[in-house]
Amino acid sequence: MRALTILLLSLILAGCGEPRPSRAVGVYMLLDTSGTYTEEIDKARQIINFTLTRLEPGDSFAVARIDTASFSEKDIVAKATFDGRPSTANTQKRRFQTEVNAFVGEVQPSAYTDISGGLLQALEFLNEKDPGRRTILIFSDLKEDLDEGYVRDFPLTFTDVDVVALNVTKLRSDNVDPREYLGRLAAWQQRVEQSGGRWRVINDLDRLEKLFQS
Amino acid sequence: MQDLFMLTDSVVTSALIWAVLIMTVMYLGRDQARQSITTLARMLHNALRVAAFGLRRAEQHLESRNREVLLAAGREAKERMVSREFERISATVDRDLGRYPEIQRNLTETIQRIDEDHQGTAEVPPQVPGWSRAVKAVADAADKSDPSVRDVLEAIHESMERAQARALTAYREASRQRHRLLSRMMPRWRNIQGTLKRMEASVASILERSRSIDRHMDEYREILAGTDRAVQTLSTSALVQFGVSALVIAVAIGGAIINFSLIARPMAEMVGGTSYIGAFQTADIAALVIILVEISMGLFLMESLRITRLFPVIAALPDRTRVYMVAFTLTVLTTLASVEAGLAYMREILLQDELATASLLRGEAGATMTSEALWITTAAQMGMGFILPFALTFVAIPLETFVQTLRHVLGMLAILALRLTALALRIIGNLVRQSGVLLQHLYDVFIFAPLWVAGRLAAGAERRAERAAEREGRARQIDAQLQREAESRREGSDPTMGGRFDGYGEATV
Repeated sequence: MRALTILLLSLILAGCGEPRPSRAVGVYMLLDTSGTYTEEIDKARQIINFTLTRLEPGDSFAVARIDTASFSEKDIVAKATFDGRPSTANTQKRRFQTEVNAFVGEVQPSAYTDISGGLLQALEFLNEKDPGRRTILIFSDLKEDLDEGYVRDFPLTFTDVDVVALNVTKLRSDNVDPREYLGRLAAWQQRVEQSGGRWRVINDLDRLEKLFQS
Repeated sequence: MQDLFMLTDSVVTSALIWAVLIMTVMYLGRDQARQSITTLARMLHNALRVAAFGLRRAEQHLESRNREVLLAAGREAKERMVSREFERISATVDRDLGRYPEIQRNLTETIQRIDEDHQGTAEVPPQVPGWSRAVKAVADAADKSDPSVRDVLEAIHESMERAQARALTAYREASRQRHRLLSRMMPRWRNIQGTLKRMEASVASILERSRSIDRHMDEYREILAGTDRAVQTLSTSALVQFGVSALVIAVAIGGAIINFSLIARPMAEMVGGTSYIGAFQTADIAALVIILVEISMGLFLMESLRITRLFPVIAALPDRTRVYMVAFTLTVLTTLASVEAGLAYMREILLQDELATASLLRGEAGATMTSEALWITTAAQMGMGFILPFALTFVAIPLETFVQTLRHVLGMLAILALRLTALALRIIGNLVRQSGVLLQHLYDVFIFAPLWVAGRLAAGAERRAERAAEREGRARQIDAQLQREAESRREGSDPTMGGRFDGYGEATV
């Protein structure tokens, strides 16, 4: 009887001590603002609004721009961790949308495209929030163009991170040689998957419900 | 493995050799194999039979126990019904027949008054005076032409007319008096009639109750006697009650789910939507706990009111304590119902807020629902939030029936399972036994060749043995015949016997 009691208590204590995985969702969205891609920014706003409707209290969301040097907190346009109370979370969502709208209204095209720096910043943000499910949305043509002196050939760790490339537009050179476009996608996919992440591409923005389907 | 099988280069030859070898070995071990098969089949058959017997015993025991439980439950229910009927009779007697002496006195007084009035109506007007015949004789005898006589007669005539008028007036007065008395009797008659009707209804009610008690007592006697009819009736009744109570509980569960959806969302506003207990949101668990507390309070309320008897401790409490419990549970229920109504209102506000946010995010800022009839859904939700806790209170009644009949239903299911298992075991046992016989025949089919040869050899040996036996028998017959002849010869050569020797010598075979 005593042994049984000790066993039960041990089980209960073991159950209490076991760290439970968080159920929160963390989303980091990178917006490419280089060159002519700025014209696509309105589509990005739709995606942000859609994401806001899908997020629940306790989830985290951040939107950052990709510019010449994206590995910086200054590039974060808006960020929020939604409160546990639904009414407060709704207020936060409205404020978030206002900030994004303000950014879209005054965005200036950048000279270079530092996608790797933005991804590193995204990983830092998600690691800090430590949500149960991590998603990085890249709204870009995935053509990285680094300024002279910027070093970005370091390994990134995408373990258990969903990386979704959105609205990957074809460049003029891609039309001349489509292998360039396909090679670019394959290179990013390889980089993400080799470091433990999951890669997806969604170009049809009318089917955004697939965005958070695992 | 293949090399081991190939005794020669030819597969057919190797197979034949193996077949012959196997058949020979099987033929040599035939008796032992048959015995083994028979023993194994018998062993399995017996084991299965014993298992089936054990299950049958368990089933009988369970059936007996189930019967006892059913009879006990039926007995208790009947006792409760009879007790309730007696309480009703007592209430009727206290209410109606308790005032019987007063009613009887009223009836007696009323009848007495009616009697007096009736006697009053029997009085007759005064008789016409007796001297009228004498006056008539004077009038007939006197000379009417005489003026003095005529004056006297006229005076008499006038007196007579006046007397008649007075008599008529008196008669009319008496008639009016009689009618007045008769009309005063009517309400008294109605009063008597009403009182008697009430009495009749009370007595009829008591008679009805007594008939009901008689019926219950008959059934109670049958239950006490433990007759099959009583058990059958109780079993059917239990099954019906189980089905009905399960249906009502299912409806109540539906109500509880609706109630849950009403308060789960706003509960996140109170306890937060991000905390979890195990795999469930704390808000959901909190909502569920509120509903379960309401159901528990409902159970205690019903117990305190002695409508259900799930907890004997509550039923045995003093009346004053039970009244306190009723007040307490009602207060808690009302408070929780008010909380639920508030949460339902909060839910509507949150819903509108979320709809507005979603519209804003979709770029439909002007599309927020601002219907004038929105208050109807809000009021309906609040009403449901307030009423559902009280409605869930009544789930205690079907729950009690469900719990009481569940034991019998589970017992019946267990009996059925045991019976089917025992039947299956018996069938399997018989199949095993028959399979043993079949296996022996199959064994013989496989070694048919050596069996056939052995049969032929045995038949030949048998024929030879028969022939030898036949020859031996014939020799014995001849020996016996010769012996008889020798004896008869010996008897014929004896002169004292007077016989005759026929001259034959010894026979040779």
